[in-house]
Amino acid sequence: MTTPESGPLIELHGVTKTYGLGDAAFQALKGINLTVQSGEFVAIMGVSGSGKSTLMNVLGCLDTATAGTYQYQGIAVEELDANERSLLRRYALGFVFQGFNLLARTSSLDNVELPLLYRGVSRKERHERAVAALTSVGLPTKLRSTPAELSGGQQQRVAIARAIVTEPSTLFADEPTGNLDSVTTGDVMQLLTRLNQDRGITVLVVTHDDHVATFARRTVVIKDGLIESDLVRT
Amino acid sequence: MIWNALAIAVREIGRNLTRAFLTVLGIFIGVAAIITMVTLGQGATLAVKAQISSLGNNLLTLRPGAGFGSRASSAGVPHFTEKDALSIEEQIAGIASVAPVRTAMLSTIYLQNARASSVTGTTPVYFQINKWNLADGRFFNDADLRSGSAVCVIGNTVRTELFGIENPIGAKIRIGKASCEVIGLLVAKGQAGMGDQDDTIVMPLSALQRRMIGKTSSHDISQISISAQDGTDSSALITEITSLMRQRRNLQRNQDNNFNIFDTRQIAETLGSTTQLMTMLLAAVAGVSLLVGGIGIMNIMLVSVTERTREIGIRLAIGATASEVLLQFLVEAVTLSCVGGLVGMILAFGLCAGLARIIQVPFNFNLQINLVAFLFAAVVGVVFGYTPARRAARLNPIDALRHE
Repeated sequence: MTTPESGPLIELHGVTKTYGLGDAAFQALKGINLTVQSGEFVAIMGVSGSGKSTLMNVLGCLDTATAGTYQYQGIAVEELDANERSLLRRYALGFVFQGFNLLARTSSLDNVELPLLYRGVSRKERHERAVAALTSVGLPTKLRSTPAELSGGQQQRVAIARAIVTEPSTLFADEPTGNLDSVTTGDVMQLLTRLNQDRGITVLVVTHDDHVATFARRTVVIKDGLIESDLVRT
Repeated sequence: MIWNALAIAVREIGRNLTRAFLTVLGIFIGVAAIITMVTLGQGATLAVKAQISSLGNNLLTLRPGAGFGSRASSAGVPHFTEKDALSIEEQIAGIASVAPVRTAMLSTIYLQNARASSVTGTTPVYFQINKWNLADGRFFNDADLRSGSAVCVIGNTVRTELFGIENPIGAKIRIGKASCEVIGLLVAKGQAGMGDQDDTIVMPLSALQRRMIGKTSSHDISQISISAQDGTDSSALITEITSLMRQRRNLQRNQDNNFNIFDTRQIAETLGSTTQLMTMLLAAVAGVSLLVGGIGIMNIMLVSVTERTREIGIRLAIGATASEVLLQFLVEAVTLSCVGGLVGMILAFGLCAGLARIIQVPFNFNLQINLVAFLFAAVVGVVFGYTPARRAARLNPIDALRHE
């Protein structure tokens, strides 16, 4: 999938998200308008409960918006069913989570190969691409290690390798450094920056950490379910 | 897509061997238990039925005394005579044959081997009535009976005790005061739960009376064996024989019977319903073990549901469709259940064969119970393996990922 020259990569209009029903209802997103161009590196910031993670889940098709429109590369995401959203994730999106979310008792190699397995890639090509991805995140010696044998920073790098092995057009990272110390945080953020600059992958990072946000060229601040500011560094 | 799911499922099983092993264990114990119990229960029922039918189906035994067995009750009660036997045969309809029987415990000696044996004097129809078959030699016949020849047919226990592995046919043994030629060997009946039937020596009644016991009360007999014709109602027969005997023994209306009639069919029916009860009990116990096995499987599946829900979330997040994830879980559950079921069936086969030999019941492979147990285990495994997965796969990926 290549981005059409015309039109933005991501386009949100009046997106809301409500949890619960009736009096107990809580509106996490109250009408978000956001446009992201292909190749951007965007930090989505905000305090806890501001709705930044909800926004990322909606953007990443892990969750569905209550109202509003969401176009990804011109595709109306709100009209897709669960299966089609799975296929969109499979072919266009990559994820990195705060808690890594690797399969337990499973080697780095197998974890990274997994998305390729669902794409129907042959065994040989799976192996080659997984090794290449793990090498590019600096773990060529940890192919057989299971998550329990890896440090937090290493686990997160395996997760990044899993996200980029399919060469997605967009990489979503939800507090990717939330469980890491400051040194490892710098490593992981530099890795994401390199992926953005060298491979042209659009990167959206959700964070509450100002230091992490400095790696991004554009910072979107969310407060109480609305965009408070949207600044591009020059 | 199917091959993909198979590959992923096999990989997942290999990766979680402990969980796989516990699931298989639960299924296989349940399957093995129910198959073994039902098969052995049926074997035992068959064994009991075979032993009862070896007693003779339509056999009535007439004895002096008011109740079964107890010697005290027959003390002072007049014995039957050969004429009693004759009159039953002549006067009562629906009777196939009647054999007067006289038994005595006598010392038997062959070379240096000596033992006390139960010796029965009777007529040739006795063998037919009591369903004895010949292993070797011949039965005695009417000519032997008329002449009072000193010949006898011996049971398997007597043969083992006196002769060991030697061929007893034609040998002379001393019974009581006289010598007697062995002319036949009976096929063993085995233990019938009422003593060793094979510990017996059978000879013509006339020979026992004249040669072995002496003159006193020589025409008395200790019991009368009667076989009814097929299809005869034994209770009607018992009523007729009772009234005939009361008359012959000059019993007044206010006097109780001083004899009793033992009906093997009645015993057979009682024992039959007892073994049926036993089989049902075994099946119930086996059902409980299958249930426990099922609960074990359910436990394993539910314990791992948190981890597996997250796993489903991860798979969905990286682009698996719900149906692909479900297919993987279905393949896993079916594989584990079938492996458990098969191993259980194999173990049950071995257990049944071994135990049947030890407790001496026939072993018949019961296809039906094997299929039932296997299907039940498979259904339990698949239901408990698949249902939680289905619930998880219906969630939004983010909710599955956040499952605690």
